[in-house]
Amino acid sequence: MRYERDPERIRRVLGEKVQFIQGDMAVTYGALLAGVSFFGGYPITPASEVAEGAARLMPRVKGTFIQMEDEIGSIGAVIGAAWAGAKAMTATSGPGFSLMMENYGYAIMTETPCVIANVQRTGPSTGQPTLGAQGDMMQARWGSHGDMTAIALAPSTVQESLDMAIDAFNLSEKYRHPVCLMTDGEVGHLREKVVIPDEDEMELIDRVPATVPKEEFLPFTNSQTRDSKVPDFPTFGSGYRTYVTGLTHNKKGFPATDKQKDHEELIRRIISKIEDDREALTDLEEIQLDDAEIALVTYGASARPSETAVQIAREKGIKVGMLRMRITWPFPIKQVNELSKKVNKIIVPEMNLGQMVHPITEYAAKDCEIVLAPKVGGEMHLPVELVEILEANL
Amino acid sequence: MTEMADANVLREKYLRDGMLPTIFCNGCGHGVAVDYTLRAIEELEIDIDTIALASGIGCSSRIPGYINADGLHTTHGRALSLATGIKAANPELNVIVFTGDGDCTGIGGNHFIHAARRNIDMTVILLNNFIYGMTGGQLAPTAPLGSIATTAPYGNIEQAFNISELATALGAAYVARWPIFYPYQPIKSIKDGLQNKGFALIELMSPCPTAYGRRNKLGKIDALWTWYEDNTILIEEYEKIMNYGTDDEKEKVKQMFQIGVFQNEVKAGFFEEYEKMVERLIERDDAKGGGK
Ligand SMILES: Cc1ncc(C[n+]2csc(CCOP(=O)(O)OP(=O)(O)O)c2C)c(N)n1
Repeated sequence: MRYERDPERIRRVLGEKVQFIQGDMAVTYGALLAGVSFFGGYPITPASEVAEGAARLMPRVKGTFIQMEDEIGSIGAVIGAAWAGAKAMTATSGPGFSLMMENYGYAIMTETPCVIANVQRTGPSTGQPTLGAQGDMMQARWGSHGDMTAIALAPSTVQESLDMAIDAFNLSEKYRHPVCLMTDGEVGHLREKVVIPDEDEMELIDRVPATVPKEEFLPFTNSQTRDSKVPDFPTFGSGYRTYVTGLTHNKKGFPATDKQKDHEELIRRIISKIEDDREALTDLEEIQLDDAEIALVTYGASARPSETAVQIAREKGIKVGMLRMRITWPFPIKQVNELSKKVNKIIVPEMNLGQMVHPITEYAAKDCEIVLAPKVGGEMHLPVELVEILEANL
Repeated sequence: MTEMADANVLREKYLRDGMLPTIFCNGCGHGVAVDYTLRAIEELEIDIDTIALASGIGCSSRIPGYINADGLHTTHGRALSLATGIKAANPELNVIVFTGDGDCTGIGGNHFIHAARRNIDMTVILLNNFIYGMTGGQLAPTAPLGSIATTAPYGNIEQAFNISELATALGAAYVARWPIFYPYQPIKSIKDGLQNKGFALIELMSPCPTAYGRRNKLGKIDALWTWYEDNTILIEEYEKIMNYGTDDEKEKVKQMFQIGVFQNEVKAGFFEEYEKMVERLIERDDAKGGGK
């Protein structure tokens, strides 16, 4: 049985165009629409519903769902499936995300397209299993040993969970990189209205298959057919006989473990294929920033109370606006820097003790004060709490 | 028995020239496993482009590099999970995993027991050298009692894994164990494994003169031969002795490695069962117009 994306069948299986569903389920829906054909998962609150949805729906679109023995196996199977041609994903939360880190690095090093949904909960360790947090943002960015970069998206709504699941696949296919969909227990367990996009409302990107003659093909260097640092993909079984290794490798894919030049060239290409495209990978929402003197910079679940706080504060005459990062990694350096030159202060509400505040501080103008507004313990910020912080910082 | 192919012909046809020479030491058995595998592929006339190799980390796990086929050299212990994904995404591929005793049953033990239990259709060629070879001779979970390793300098006091018996108990469809010195049986077992629809484990006992032999008085070929003679017994002979032998004989063979075919069953692999489920669901959905 080989999967072939069947848009009609997918929509029939998903059902009504407008539905009232959980954020986790929306991730599964988005993945199905994107053409996911392999899901390997292991149960963990608050992410289990993503796998349960996949278990229920994937066989009905001729996709494969396997509950693996653990999260290491889950991401392992996902990477294997990707090399045999699948759009593949897994979903997990904190402890499982930690277990995945070695193979996350392997996926980066081998340029394997795949998606990891992380429905964040509090940590470290088992933490608060049922409660949301934003504590893994830095782990997504730096979680593997060695030099790396990351692509991570942070949905704030159930609709965005669906839309960004599609985006996550598109970006993973485009850049041949594992993409982290950094949702959280709040958005994951929230129920909201979603509208399932029609086929002509979606853009789907597929990895570019290798086409150059086999003798000339170089699997781990700039594309030989396009102006791109992303190599074309030699799907297993297509006759290219590709050797894929997590060891430092040369352009042919052969180990080059004692070669300084090969290593530097490889790692710099893997990082720059993404960071060169930072502008294209910037996705921001701006709210009332035109005349703002103070700004909230947010992402994911904490953007929800932040937006309400902006409204309340505006009614009180406070000139506040909000910048929301839909894509957190790569970090929108230029836009945050520009904002910091416009406003006097940036407030960063996060459901952790300070993570995205670090790149914000790093890239903001030095005379713009950055104020962290953390909230941990599984409770979201209340809008009034944020208004109080705004008032205290006028 | 078909006529054996010339080694040079096999080399020309299947090896990845740019990767040679191998990293294997003199006297290491791992290269022989490559030869056996290529002979099995050749004799079954399997198109190399339908083969996907996977391996973990270790000397044994370097093998996919030497065979000119698609291959994933993965992370330590995880080969079977990646191989599971390969098979899921393209069940037409013949998936062969090369792994070591440490890779497969130490760090990768959890994936091993579950891949065998799920009866995932793949052929696992496990090279058991009783030691962590690549990292220089640390204790493996397969090391016989008393073995000297760099991390067991006073002799191993842990009970060893019996990998083939473990796989048999887990319900793997095909399980065989052979010393790498046996010239025909491993090839036959690899062929049987490749043709089996479920999880096939071929455990090849492969000497490591450098990291195991040297420290355990098995560095020289004659000592090694004697060790294998004294410590292995065909399953059929073992059973004969357990049925008809004296108590002394029974005690003696219980300490030995049984070799031969432990299990050979015809049963559907995981993905065959999965496909049946998919067909059932598609039929049901199509019958009612595919509604939710
Ligand atoms: C996560 C991780 N831990 C440890 C290592 C170091 N390491 C590399 S190979 C190896 C042992 C391999 O032994 P085995 O699987 O028996 O293969 P052999 O080299 O003996 O063929 C170890 C511990 C690693 N690469 N990754």
